[in-house]
Amino acid sequence: MAVTDAGKTSPIEAAPLPAPPAEAPLKRFLSDFADSRLALGAALLLAAIMIVAFLAPVIAPQDPYDLATVSVLDARLPPGTENFAGYTHWLGTDGAGRDLLSAILYGLRISISVGLASGVIALFVGMAVGLVAAYVGGRTEGLIMRVVDLQLSFPAVLVALILLAILGKGIDKIVIALVVAQWAYYARTVRASALVERRREYVEAAQSLGLSHARIIFRHILPNCLAPLIVVGTVQTAHAIALEATLSFLGVGLPQTEPSLGLLIANGFEYMISGKYWISVFPGLALLLTIVSINMVGDQLRDVLNPRLQK
Amino acid sequence: MSETPILTLENVSKRFIRRLDAAEKLVNVFGADRREQVVHAVDDVSIAVKQGEVVGLVGESGCGKSTLGRVVAGIHAPSEGRLLWRGQDVESASAELQRDARLKVQMIFQDPMSSLNPRMRVRDIVGEAPRVHGLVSGAGVKDYVDDMLLRVGLDPSFRDRYPHQFSGGQRQRVGIARALAVKPEFLVCDESVAALDVSIQAQVLNLFMDLRTDLGLTYLFISHDLGVVEHLSDRVVIMYLGRVVETAPTDELFREANHPYTKALLAEVPRIDTRKRKFQPVKGEIPSPLDPPPGCHFHPRCPFAFERCKREAPALKEIAPGRHSACHLNDGG
Repeated sequence: MAVTDAGKTSPIEAAPLPAPPAEAPLKRFLSDFADSRLALGAALLLAAIMIVAFLAPVIAPQDPYDLATVSVLDARLPPGTENFAGYTHWLGTDGAGRDLLSAILYGLRISISVGLASGVIALFVGMAVGLVAAYVGGRTEGLIMRVVDLQLSFPAVLVALILLAILGKGIDKIVIALVVAQWAYYARTVRASALVERRREYVEAAQSLGLSHARIIFRHILPNCLAPLIVVGTVQTAHAIALEATLSFLGVGLPQTEPSLGLLIANGFEYMISGKYWISVFPGLALLLTIVSINMVGDQLRDVLNPRLQK
Repeated sequence: MSETPILTLENVSKRFIRRLDAAEKLVNVFGADRREQVVHAVDDVSIAVKQGEVVGLVGESGCGKSTLGRVVAGIHAPSEGRLLWRGQDVESASAELQRDARLKVQMIFQDPMSSLNPRMRVRDIVGEAPRVHGLVSGAGVKDYVDDMLLRVGLDPSFRDRYPHQFSGGQRQRVGIARALAVKPEFLVCDESVAALDVSIQAQVLNLFMDLRTDLGLTYLFISHDLGVVEHLSDRVVIMYLGRVVETAPTDELFREANHPYTKALLAEVPRIDTRKRKFQPVKGEIPSPLDPPPGCHFHPRCPFAFERCKREAPALKEIAPGRHSACHLNDGG
């Protein structure tokens, strides 16, 4: 038996590994992410869209909500037309005479804010519910997951439509509707990874160290479930933006006074047949670019964060 | 035995039950015969461990020794029976006493990778529990963690590393430091060296023994490796399918085992004087704990089994001072 013959051990094991610098994981993550030129381009585009959207009040040529500067006489001007005030509408004007470029910038700001707010709230709600379900198990878990199944068996648009029909219009109401329509995705994702993590021995170790359940769930299990959550978060945020545009297009989302992209598209829809394409098409393009770039960033995040897909 | 044992298990059982789900209950209504699946992982086990003792717990995989270890460490609550800490029932004690008793028993796990949280630095892994329990002030944590790392033979400069930056043996030392940080008196080592290289095994085992002398620790040492157990333990407990079949002081057990199962196990320990012979595993498979054989669990594999063994489970009886065995053969057939 080698064990019985082995001599006394030296207190410090030889050959400590060279300690890599602390920022190494982040650096590797960034370089992995930049492996795909397309994803890098999408990320830059997304950053640009976010910046112009949130700087809309500063950089937009016109305040589309200020009735003093908006004139009905300028209505439905094609792109590139100069108005009476000597100002050029590069993307034309809409049916109410608003500068379309300005309206799109303001619309983007609303669309992205609604998408982010509902995405973040739904993430926290779904995350908490999913973690508790996985950790507690038993009947509680069964009940929660059946609710999730039920919720996911309805199309998200339908759930949101029903809710908005009850709640009425307004930014806060559409955020609530989007959260209700989407929390279940997060709950299911986080539960799947938390189920794996809670069987690990480090959770048993934490229990035997007398740490509280809340501490074990949020400090020990949660950090190990974050990667899939981030990926689902990006994709679902894009989804929320599209969903909000759909609802606004259908006329149940935001009020006319706070036009998001969906509402702009809807407003221009009636002029499509008469050849005034720009009122719908440009807001549509803005929406498309935003959603596609978020989705591409999300896809690349999934590839980078999933160790099984790494070479 | 005048002094109170540090830890006593009284008729402890642990069952895992897989309940029927709604669909299965439904098919039962229509005449299907779906039953709940019950695993008696630990079945009526009583053990008393004295202060400073090293008790080896041996058995094949699946015999319930890890579950027993988790019951002792307070990770699983026993389904039946009582766990006494210094003579006091843990379950009925006040919340504070319960917490203290739990902290006094810590566990060292088998897999040093999955037993350390991959997203935490060593200083948090080791320092979290003592800080939460107020064993050390916020300012003193760093020095405290350094002390613990030194104690287990790690360089304190490792404190800012993550678990994946260590070798297997080092990780196991981090796990030991984490357990020691809450000042335990009792360590449950669940196959704690099984995942390590033989040379590293020896180092970690020596560390355990050094800690025993330095800190006066008591050990429950769970292993399937009889060589390790013989080397370390004062007393050995042999388990088979959730039940204790024999307990004896180590030297007596290895000199002359009583229970047929123990004999079969010991016959297969590799030794220098037996190196030329071919090793035979104990005949037959370990039966499924879902459906254990009636009577003595070992009778289908026992060369000495007779009629009574199939009907009646043998009780654990004292056969000599300090020695217990559960076998009908001791009753003279």
